[in-house]
Amino acid sequence: MTSILTYTFKNLPSTSKWALRFSVRPLSCSSQLRAAPAAQTKSKKTLAKPNVKNVVVVDGVRIPFLLSGTLYKDLMPHDLARAALLGLLHRTSVPKDVVDYIIFGTVIQEVKTSNVAREAALGAGFSDKTPAHTVTMACISANQAMTTGVGLIASGQYDVVVAGGVELMSDVPIRHSRKMRKMMLDLNKAKTLGQRLSLISKFRLNFLSPELPAVAEFSTNETMGHSADRLAAAFAISRPEQDEYALRSHSLAKKAQDEGLLSDVIPFKVPGKDTVTKDNGIRPSSLEQMAKLKPAFIKPYGTVTAANSSFLTDGASAVLIMAEEKALAMGYKPKAYLRDFVYVSQDPKDQLLLGPAYATPKVLEKAGLTMNDVDAFEFHEAFSGQILANFKAMDSDWFAQNYMGRKAKVGLPPLEKFNTWGGSLSLGHPFGATGCRLVMAAANRLRKEGGQYALVAACAAGGQGHAMIVEAYPK
Amino acid sequence: MVASRAIGSLSRFTGSRTLRCPGYICRTFTGSSALLTRTHVNYGVKGDVAVVRINSPNSKVNTLNKELQSEFTEVMNEIWASDQIRSAILISSKPGCFIAGADINMLAACKTDQELMQISQEGQRLFEKLEKSTKPIVAAISGSCLGGGLELAISCQYRIATKDKKTVLGFPEVLLGILPGAGGTQKLPKMVGVPAAFDMMLTGRNIRVDRAKKMGLVDQLVEPLGPGLKPPEERTIEYLEEVAVTFAKGLADKKISPKRDKGLVEKLTSYAMGIPFVRQQIYKKVEEKVRKQTKGLYPAPLKIIDVVKTGIEQGSDAGYLAESQKFGELAMTKESKALIGLYHGQVLCKKNKFGAPQKEVKHLAILGAGLMGAGIAQVSVDKGLKTILKDATLAGLGRGQQQVFKGLNDKVKKKALTSFERDSIFSNLTGQLDYQGFEKADMVIEAVFEDLSLKHRVLKEVEAVIPDHCVFASNTSALPINEIAAVSKRPEKVIGMHYFSPVDKMQLLEIITTEKTSRDTTASAVAVGLKQGKVIIVVKDGPGFYTTRCLAPMMSEVIRILQEGVDPKKLDSLTTSFGFPVGATTLVDEVGVDVAKHVAEDLGKAFGERFEGGSLELLRQMVSKGFLGRKSGKGFYIYQEGMKTKNLNSDMDSILASLKIPPKPDVSSDEDIQYRLVTRFVNEAVMCLQEGVLATPAEGDIGAVFGLGFPPCLGGPFRFVDLYGAQKIVDRLRKYEAAYGKQFTPCQLLVDHANSPNKKFYYQ
Repeated sequence: MTSILTYTFKNLPSTSKWALRFSVRPLSCSSQLRAAPAAQTKSKKTLAKPNVKNVVVVDGVRIPFLLSGTLYKDLMPHDLARAALLGLLHRTSVPKDVVDYIIFGTVIQEVKTSNVAREAALGAGFSDKTPAHTVTMACISANQAMTTGVGLIASGQYDVVVAGGVELMSDVPIRHSRKMRKMMLDLNKAKTLGQRLSLISKFRLNFLSPELPAVAEFSTNETMGHSADRLAAAFAISRPEQDEYALRSHSLAKKAQDEGLLSDVIPFKVPGKDTVTKDNGIRPSSLEQMAKLKPAFIKPYGTVTAANSSFLTDGASAVLIMAEEKALAMGYKPKAYLRDFVYVSQDPKDQLLLGPAYATPKVLEKAGLTMNDVDAFEFHEAFSGQILANFKAMDSDWFAQNYMGRKAKVGLPPLEKFNTWGGSLSLGHPFGATGCRLVMAAANRLRKEGGQYALVAACAAGGQGHAMIVEAYPK
Repeated sequence: MVASRAIGSLSRFTGSRTLRCPGYICRTFTGSSALLTRTHVNYGVKGDVAVVRINSPNSKVNTLNKELQSEFTEVMNEIWASDQIRSAILISSKPGCFIAGADINMLAACKTDQELMQISQEGQRLFEKLEKSTKPIVAAISGSCLGGGLELAISCQYRIATKDKKTVLGFPEVLLGILPGAGGTQKLPKMVGVPAAFDMMLTGRNIRVDRAKKMGLVDQLVEPLGPGLKPPEERTIEYLEEVAVTFAKGLADKKISPKRDKGLVEKLTSYAMGIPFVRQQIYKKVEEKVRKQTKGLYPAPLKIIDVVKTGIEQGSDAGYLAESQKFGELAMTKESKALIGLYHGQVLCKKNKFGAPQKEVKHLAILGAGLMGAGIAQVSVDKGLKTILKDATLAGLGRGQQQVFKGLNDKVKKKALTSFERDSIFSNLTGQLDYQGFEKADMVIEAVFEDLSLKHRVLKEVEAVIPDHCVFASNTSALPINEIAAVSKRPEKVIGMHYFSPVDKMQLLEIITTEKTSRDTTASAVAVGLKQGKVIIVVKDGPGFYTTRCLAPMMSEVIRILQEGVDPKKLDSLTTSFGFPVGATTLVDEVGVDVAKHVAEDLGKAFGERFEGGSLELLRQMVSKGFLGRKSGKGFYIYQEGMKTKNLNSDMDSILASLKIPPKPDVSSDEDIQYRLVTRFVNEAVMCLQEGVLATPAEGDIGAVFGLGFPPCLGGPFRFVDLYGAQKIVDRLRKYEAAYGKQFTPCQLLVDHANSPNKKFYYQ
């Protein structure tokens, strides 16, 4: 109770109608809750916890997400990350020296800038006294960057953390073969001409065949698209259903883009090229057009195609996370609280992409919420089939009981609340950067559409998953 | 285009499915009223595609027996007659089995080759009708598709298979001494080319689906599915059915062509096979190879070549006729009866007749990381058993760990495992020098050096640390288990588990129970052995148990024969040409001369005169000179790394010369030498049954063939007595007895069998 009181007290200074409404709600609501929690359609309260610092997102930005091989193709990952950082500085006007720590997520690492967070921060003019590290957790790398920041703040280590993510799929490290590398390294060590010659004499032409980074799971050797196709089949999801969902994503993204709702996107002047202002992967098509495509992974009868999968994307994103009192002290009006979060993991072969289905009930339970309490869902869309399979899993008692060890299903998210501004299928999916986009979309939707809780969820390679509750900050 | 059509049919499916009852089995009963009368084969209609489901009642597998065949014929006739149906798919309702082959008992019940020929011709006719069907038929294969099952599948216009480890295709007939008798020998060469067809039919090997796809044996693969809204296996079969229906429609609409694009190599091969000269060369080569490998002891492979040749050179009518004739002939041969007997024995020895143990073994500890210990570890970790491998020294342990790793890594190289699976399997192994973690062990298998006092010491050490329920198993080839158990606090928990080297290759496990061993302990040991993939015989304790005891007199005879001046190489060729996989002299080197000496001394003491023959002095001298066999690089032969042919050890000449005894001319012909070895073996085996060491003749045959390499074409010592005739064997024994004495005295049970010809070890 005390925490709720202090929370409302803290919010009193802000005088807008909204704020007032919000600030009284927790009090009244909690009493209602105690009276008849089950009868409530919305059991709204705040998710502040006693003795735990509130962590807020002040704001967040992303450079436009572009199809890989387009305008960003000559850049390096830290260039994109730097652009996101500069945009964040510009958007929030946060003084550089206030930032205590910087964390970035990335998946395919450029070997020259393996700690891309540090290189980008230095380039963006942050103090060389601000430490930075890079995390990787496949498609939830940026989520991991953010929750790492949440942990650092909640535990009282830091007050101001910048978290972000970056991915440049236009350029990936292609290596020499192991044999070639070995010979080159041995050559380095060889002292005499004789030794060198004898090493060179062992050279074979096949040493030159390169090693490509695989989009396949290391443990199973299966590409993600292949796994998604099997997942869709396991849940009996048809091709038209998948195409329809993809079309929805593109249409909604287009609408959001046209209406200027994607306010986290910042313009980026690409060196030597034009200024990019918009995501370029949004292409609403027709079901007839989509139906013409051949399956991309399981040929010739699979259901996952290029049109109902997320595409390879370049992009970067960043958010400014603070302890609530620090943000208020600095005069910020934060956009949202970052509340409970969970990470889950399951079988990387057959349940590779079911992370959201596992994470959603867990995070709701942790936060004491139900599906009805959630006003906005922001799920990462790896594949249409993956989203629809997660829906079916979430809507199945059988699955909940047999695979998740739960008594009952969590239920379906209502589509009218689900990824209403588009998703990874249409906006693009730069692996390391998507997490921040999800959180900012959730926060911005809550502000725009009015609502208190958003649920962010994503799947990731390795059979992992993540979900987090984003709570609107009272206006 | 294909995909979009696929979707259309898939969605129609899901719609109709919700109306049906949820289980897979239930669905087979819906669709048409006529099917309720059928028990093996049913069908339903999806749109214009007939879905024929094969599901033999009360059996884990579908076999092509008479009922199944007649029901299948009925069903197909209805389908062909129906105007509404334009195509069909064939699918099994049993997860893990499409059709496992023809019903062996149906073949065994035939009295004449005429009957068998008729069965073959019925099959040929039925499958020919399938082949000529104007309505396309798709075989949807999930699980084993063997023998007659594969003949059925290759008669269809299209094959789709589930890409999992359980799905294998093959013609194992040759392993039963017969040939694919329902058109397989004629159709397969056309489908996969003559060389690949020979390889499949002559080796009987199982083809994994990915390879089958490359060979053109199947047209499409379906990936197994994970969990969805139903159990994975169930949904996978459904999915296979859905995909198959899509393809059936596509074939009926002529949107999919059943013809496959051939690769360059394939095109070249088929071009080359068009040249008669090349074909003749291939027949010749294959025949030579078969003759060399079978030594003419197995008639089936040669007949298979013959039948394939007839079909290609004289046309398919002649080919089909030859196939059915030879099928009938082969199924009546002794070799086939012996091999089928072994098959039945093997099935029997893959069951735990002692029931489920009270506590399943999950944690296993192995003492001694030598060849045996590490081998046992290797076959345990990959079955998911948490295994501790303990040795006395770090070097010994390291060698053992490397052996396990190498075994797994070799599978990775053969693509039977992924490197990730290897790593995860290898993490089941803990290597250590102390007894940490033994408090959790459910079973300890000791594989320390064969020395009673050492075994006593480890038994006492182990009993101090293991929990009460833990079984103590001793891996020994000759030390009596009751002597080992003598120092145990809980002899009911002590048992013998005699593995054969190399453990990962040899299928046999001989389990030895003492008077005191509890039934639950036995059940536990059998359960572990079965988990390790072994065929198991359970025998009573006694000197040499069963396997070593049978081998010892034969070994003794080997020494005598060598002393009589027979060239070791010649002895090897005499034994291999009798059907033993390894020559008798080589066998001594492989077993280890020191081990052989040890066993000969021990068993000699226990059994006395009957085990005599060759002079132990020979083995003693070899040991003192360090000629221990393969492991020391020298024995009767010299073993060198990388050398393909092995040479005789010339240093043995002086030893052999000094111990030379004169041969007895009337029992020293090549045939006599062979029979002196075999009859001593057989006589001892029968005596084991007579004394109750063996519970059943089947276990005796399995033990002899799988553990000691007794010629499989003879079916094992007991089958051999039945097929060859007890009287003839007794006659032989008497003849040798006259020359050498008591070592050849036939045992009472054998004499009984000789006296009453109706007495058999097997009645089927």
